Amino acid sequence: MVLSANDKTNVKGVFSKISSHAEEYGAETLERMFTTYPQTKTYFPHFDLHHGSAQVKAHGKKVAAALIEAANHIDDIAGALSKLSDLHAQKLRVDPVNFKLLGQCFLVVMAIHHPSALTPEVHASLDKFLCAVGNVLTSKYR
Amino acid sequence: MVHWSAEEKQLIASVWSKVNVEECGAEALARLLIVYPWTQRFFASFGNLSSPTAIIGNPKVRAHGKKVLTSFGEAVKNLDNIKVTYAKLSELHCEKLHVDPENFRLLGDILIIVLASHFARDFTPACQFAWQKLVGVVAHALARKYH
Repeated sequence: MVLSANDKTNVKGVFSKISSHAEEYGAETLERMFTTYPQTKTYFPHFDLHHGSAQVKAHGKKVAAALIEAANHIDDIAGALSKLSDLHAQKLRVDPVNFKLLGQCFLVVMAIHHPSALTPEVHASLDKFLCAVGNVLTSKYR
Repeated sequence: MVHWSAEEKQLIASVWSKVNVEECGAEALARLLIVYPWTQRFFASFGNLSSPTAIIGNPKVRAHGKKVLTSFGEAVKNLDNIKVTYAKLSELHCEKLHVDPENFRLLGDILIIVLASHFARDFTPACQFAWQKLVGVVAHALARKYH
């Protein structure tokens, strides 16, 4: 799977559009993931996961920042997220299946807040981008 | 048998009552073919699928999308009996259509995104949970008779 020039343009376009809401969308993505896929909560036994949790807000901000970083370095996502990739492989070891669940929830958040921006073409590009990010984060697992 | 809470049933029914089946069905199928282009393998007879614009405007895609989502409505009407409701369709998808059940999961995920774009904030996390559960149950029922 390769990101075309169009994909990159589409992804950068989306992230520049949502940059002022990124933290809020990051938190909402996580909240939806925890609600829709309760098994994802197993990675956060130390978190307060109630609606409005400060920990979820803070973590959503981190997740959003990582996605923005990847979008800003879309020609070298592996390089941009190398440290995060190490972290996930050595410490966090989140099962690869969960990145797709997070991606699905991020797309739902985009659909809710920016339905007209999420054209089918942009939807496809974003889905590919999120896959690429997930692949990078799990690339050093074994 | 799948257990549905009263709240889940209410959330599913409430969303479904406001769904334009023709529009949402067409959009969901078009997005499936655009976002996951390999799914076009099942639709060689549909004519022009060469670009997102072609897919969205393709009348066969629209008609089939409507057909698929109309059938989905049967699950909504028979939440306590989805397995039986889809038994024949499951056989059809296995024996005649030869569709990998993974495709049902892909379409389910796309449908969720289409619903989210139409219902916006009304598509609450609880709503998303109920609908994600429903598309999962439908996918499972459609795969159940595979052999």
